[in-house]
Amino acid sequence: MSAALRRIWGLMYRHLALYRRSWPRLLELAYWPVLQMCIWGFTASFLTGRIGGAAATAGAALMGGVLLWEVTLRSQMGLSISFLEEIWSRNLGHVFVSPLRPHELVLALIGMSFLRMAIGVAPAILLAWLLYAFNLFSLGPALILFFINMMVMGWWVALGVVSLILRHGAGAEPLAWGVLFGLAPFSAVFYPVSVLPGFLQPVALSLPAAHVFEGMRGILLDGVVRTDHLLAAVGLNILWLGAASLLFARQFHQARVRGALLSIGE
Amino acid sequence: MDVIAVNSLTKRYDAVLAVDGISFAAPAGATIGLLGGNGAGKTTTIAMMLGLLVPTAGTIRILGHDMARDRFAALARMNFSSPYIALPHRLTVAENLRVYGHLYNVHGLEQRIAELAAELDLGALLDRPAGQLSAGQKTRVALAKSLINRPEVLLLDEPTASLDPDTGDLVRTWLERYRTQTGCTILLASHNMAEVERLCTDVLMLKQGRIVDRGSPAELLVRYGQANLEEVFLDIARDRKQGVLV
Repeated sequence: MSAALRRIWGLMYRHLALYRRSWPRLLELAYWPVLQMCIWGFTASFLTGRIGGAAATAGAALMGGVLLWEVTLRSQMGLSISFLEEIWSRNLGHVFVSPLRPHELVLALIGMSFLRMAIGVAPAILLAWLLYAFNLFSLGPALILFFINMMVMGWWVALGVVSLILRHGAGAEPLAWGVLFGLAPFSAVFYPVSVLPGFLQPVALSLPAAHVFEGMRGILLDGVVRTDHLLAAVGLNILWLGAASLLFARQFHQARVRGALLSIGE
Repeated sequence: MDVIAVNSLTKRYDAVLAVDGISFAAPAGATIGLLGGNGAGKTTTIAMMLGLLVPTAGTIRILGHDMARDRFAALARMNFSSPYIALPHRLTVAENLRVYGHLYNVHGLEQRIAELAAELDLGALLDRPAGQLSAGQKTRVALAKSLINRPEVLLLDEPTASLDPDTGDLVRTWLERYRTQTGCTILLASHNMAEVERLCTDVLMLKQGRIVDRGSPAELLVRYGQANLEEVFLDIARDRKQGVLV
């Protein structure tokens, strides 16, 4: 293993060692996605029972929306909270004086984000299949692209949150839990972008999530794979990830100038 | 060649001048003591040497590497210990040492952990969470972490704070042995004057961000006409005598 990979693994091992011994921590990862799936799954079942066929298709879109949104949410929280764990344990000083490069730190946090998301979302996907006969994999190969795009969106939002924590310290911590809920209304999770007022539609279309959900509904409702939306999601993710990386690099440097790495979290 | 070369190092936070153009150097095997009251600039100096803080002006070269441009090459060969920066308290001692062994790319890591456990009497603590240790045990674990990569430069911020006299002596003896065996260069910030007298080959007296005096412990005692470094420290801190560099 190269020295860089070993440093990345070292930081991931620090988090994995915690989860290995703590079943409540593991349970917490799956708790909210499963709860969400229960609520929206039963809602979809109720509507299907009362209205019939059209509601069944809408119910599938609803559950697909819930699951893919959870991918973004868990990816974002997985990265942000893994960073916060270092602050809470007052360990950042040791980490930042080790040879771990900032980009390796981010890659380790992304690795943890992926694992936390997978552990959290997999039971909800299984539940949707067992309880509501909704098979997310019926979306076909496009699902892989949907998944990747939603994860990447979670990562750049999280990098923005980490940058704000570096800039503003503990005062910015609540963003790690709440920031994505602020983007949800514009992400077209449960309704098409066209439902939004005209002045809000450009905001929605600047978010990769809106294109992913439009693409998902295209497959579920019309049986069409919308490559235009997929390409737009990929392009926007590249742009936003680049911008978030620059912001992180700048805030990390500024934190070193201000001495914030010595006192962050206090 | 000097292992540590600090030149005109300055750190300013808006109107506050935390470190004011200090310069010093340390050859291989030296132990430099940083002495000064609270707010004298010791921690700021160490933070700049570790790359945690960007200097306003001046240069730092460690092991031949310019810390402004090439700090990671130097950081791999250095380490740091401070009782004021914690290790993850839910991880066991062994897990903590493994984390840092990976971060420093230590080969033969399990063997290195076993060596350190034997030398610092940590064997019985390896499977205990770091958060359940006493202050003295935590300090020994922090020291083990700082030695995991066999550093050539070791920066220590009050390494024996919270230790009882017996354990403090054990740690000091261990540091002396490590320095003798490896030729490690040590920078030590401490308020324990007896420790500084025992370990340091050279002492920098800091006040308000400036080096106000320097010399070996023996030279300082003669210069100030005192029997111990604590009295020298008080002479400088209370302006009873001025350092020769003021």
